Amino acid sequence: MHDDVLISVQNLKTFLYANGRCNRAVNDVTFEIRKGRTLCVVGESGCGKSITAASVMQLLPELSRIEGGQIVYQSPGGPIRIDQLAKNGKKMRALRGADLAMIFQDPMTALNPVYTIGQQISENLRYHTKLKPRARRAKTISLLAEMGIPIPEQRVDEYPHQFSGGMRQRAMIAMAMACDPHVLIADEPTTALDVTIQAQVFELMEKLKAKHQTAVMLITHDMGVVTELADDVIVMYMGNIVEGGTVEEVLRTPRHPYTRALLDSIPVLGRGKDQKIDPIQGTTPDPYERPPGCQFAPRCPRCQPLCEQALPPEQVLGESTHRLRCFFPVGGPNEA
Amino acid sequence: MKPELPLVSLRGLKTSFPVRKGVFQRTVGQVKAVAGVDLEIRRGETLGLVGESGCGKTTLGKTLLQLTKASEGQILYDFDGVQKDLCQLSVREMDEARRKLQIVFQDPYSSLNPAFTIFGSLEDPLRRFGVHKRADRRRIVGDLLEQVNMKADYMDRYPNEFSGGQRQRIGIARALCVNPELLVCDEAVSALDVSIRAQVLNLLLRLKQERGLTYVFITHDLSVVEYISDRIAVMYLGKIVELADAVDLYRGALHPYTLALLSAVPVANLDHVKNRIVLGGDVPSPVNPPSGCPFHPRCAHRLARCETEAPQLKKHVINGHDHSVACHLIQE
Repeated sequence: MHDDVLISVQNLKTFLYANGRCNRAVNDVTFEIRKGRTLCVVGESGCGKSITAASVMQLLPELSRIEGGQIVYQSPGGPIRIDQLAKNGKKMRALRGADLAMIFQDPMTALNPVYTIGQQISENLRYHTKLKPRARRAKTISLLAEMGIPIPEQRVDEYPHQFSGGMRQRAMIAMAMACDPHVLIADEPTTALDVTIQAQVFELMEKLKAKHQTAVMLITHDMGVVTELADDVIVMYMGNIVEGGTVEEVLRTPRHPYTRALLDSIPVLGRGKDQKIDPIQGTTPDPYERPPGCQFAPRCPRCQPLCEQALPPEQVLGESTHRLRCFFPVGGPNEA
Repeated sequence: MKPELPLVSLRGLKTSFPVRKGVFQRTVGQVKAVAGVDLEIRRGETLGLVGESGCGKTTLGKTLLQLTKASEGQILYDFDGVQKDLCQLSVREMDEARRKLQIVFQDPYSSLNPAFTIFGSLEDPLRRFGVHKRADRRRIVGDLLEQVNMKADYMDRYPNEFSGGQRQRIGIARALCVNPELLVCDEAVSALDVSIRAQVLNLLLRLKQERGLTYVFITHDLSVVEYISDRIAVMYLGKIVELADAVDLYRGALHPYTLALLSAVPVANLDHVKNRIVLGGDVPSPVNPPSGCPFHPRCAHRLARCETEAPQLKKHVINGHDHSVACHLIQE
């Protein structure tokens, strides 16, 4: 294990319950978030990527529970088992917002419309620091300035509806960065934004990561974002990590048929009209009635009888960090 | 041979919405969503219309179908050799013209009526345009569903039984019901997951070949528009700033906004050389657009005259291809 690991998640299982049925939304997921590195979690809607993030933050919706595995946070004062803390207990609340911070997808619903931006950012400071009101206000203004918001002295007293989408998202980042967190979890932070604004937000996140050595976990469905920002990648499908490793390993030599199919199904800028995109056949299965074996088996072109019976175990390739869950990976020993 | 008429010519098209305020709902301003667009849509092409949110691309699409009324300008549509201005047609004539123009909406969840079966939703336009026998309508709807890779017997189901990708395909089938010439796809794949998006994109390409359709493809996703379009128009604050063949636009964009837009797209290619141009600030409000060139407050290369004088969309010929751009910097 590396000594720069801040969060290590081992065999995490988080299930959701509805109408007396169980959705194994996150099923046996293992990964690490390391200092100064960006881990991208990529997958389609319903693959469990947001539930994984919510588990780490203990922000799971009602009627859901961590059923197994462990989440360990290497705090400066020693390891803390996050999964064993009470959801709203004192210890979890002390961590959340201070050591672990989160940016949500939709800044309009994540910000409270009846409080000013300044009040919402300084709430975090009031709770986690001993700063006096005047110092808190000064810190809030400097945070907004750091995020590139023009005239922060004036903007700090404005309400979320007076901000544009990009500025709201930057205010959210300011809120998350208020207490210099060690771990930043961003759940699709730019999905609601235009590309030029997305570029601004990414530039800012990169800058902050370099400056504070923050460990970032970035959830996205956009392979382009992964390529640009990730150091490490995990690809999720229906609650499992199907493939993981460094960005080079996963994107240059994708071994899992799902990763391969995902990459083949997106048009890539600059390749023109002649590129061929291959859709993945079928649709994602009903999460309440999952296939018994490999989750991707019903849509997989390489599916064999074994795949329909058992979930493939996770295997690590050689000496690398490249790992996957597949009985018959692309480019296996039997292939040229 | 006479030069072929373009299918649609937009001449100085403007669409604005009033901003009302106060007890008496007095008009205090105009949102100039489309602020003077000249554009020709050729028969059989796919014209991509790209831009950020609020640039007026959706309003332009809706104005084209007269779903919102233009406040100025002409939309000349070629009805078998006779050009008619869609803005001047009576309600009844426009109804008839809608047989030729159809639209696919962005959100497949809100564009289908949940109280109607699929057949119920799709038979309406058929009945309107003279297919009086129910058996005929069922046959046509069944055929259409099969054309969009669905089973004919799905027509008796309700929209809630379908996934997003399936609904979007039903939306396409509905638009094709009346055998249109022009299909406006307004962010037709934006709400779909990537693997499903590819299914719908390839379906659209196939239908175009089979039926000789003309598409106006409105989207904010530059990778998708490159894949599907023949020509691309880039919009900014209600105006077209650049218009060129897709290949030329991606290889040699001229307008500083287009360059910034293209550089901002995350590319899923590890060998892609990153040269991100980060624009400062936000898109200005269309209620109160900047003077001169609408892009000048964010432009790194602005000249003094950009602040006062709005550049016109001028046609240049580069390597034998038409390439129109509205920028003072581009002279030759």
